[in-house]
Amino acid sequence: MKWFNALIMLLFVALMLYATVGLPDHADPQAPANVHVSPTYIEDSVADTHTPNVVTAVLADYRGYDTLGETVVIFTAGLACVLILMKRKNK
Amino acid sequence: MIKLHYQSIIVQTVCSLLIPFIQLFALYVIIHGHYGPGGGFQGGVLLAVSIILQRLYLGNKISYQKFPPKLALTLGAVGMLIFGFAGVVPMAFGGAFLDYGYLPFFWVHDAELRALGILIVEIGIGLAVFGTLVLIFDNLVGERW
Repeated sequence: MKWFNALIMLLFVALMLYATVGLPDHADPQAPANVHVSPTYIEDSVADTHTPNVVTAVLADYRGYDTLGETVVIFTAGLACVLILMKRKNK
Repeated sequence: MIKLHYQSIIVQTVCSLLIPFIQLFALYVIIHGHYGPGGGFQGGVLLAVSIILQRLYLGNKISYQKFPPKLALTLGAVGMLIFGFAGVVPMAFGGAFLDYGYLPFFWVHDAELRALGILIVEIGIGLAVFGTLVLIFDNLVGERW
């Protein structure tokens, strides 16, 4: 059974290594993300949001859903801290 | 004269002078997120640091009276609610989720309205991060509150 699991893991490693062949090179200007999304953000963000800081415009406006998730994660971590660490009254 | 945690006059003076400026800079970082580096996360951390510094030099007993830990929990939840309402309220006015162009501030339009929506969201993030970090610190210190 252990060898069977190891074999499956090796197959996954081989699959992932095979998949990386199809990825664009690092910082390739012709990569799909760099010819489609990034120029739109850089060109349109000031006209769309009147925000000179493109990072803020992407973070809070174009990708607001992502930021909502991040904030929920942080707040949930705080709540988990309260639930685990809070001193309760001893009986 | 109240009995402080640290009796050193230098620590007291430096901390009490430093805290208002840290808080002012935190507000600047949150508000100025449109124009420079910064935003809700960074400003919220700075606000939390000012409260944690106060906890360190005043001691828990006095600091809990000045800023109770339950207030941190409440502020964090209020920050999350602000972000949530910024997402849900545009849906009631005909937009999509988190579509700030449909927020009900009728005296600003289009791009200005989106900038205002970003500001509201940043304030919400700042409050949530601020409350959460103070909350984690208070629980790690481990005194009953």
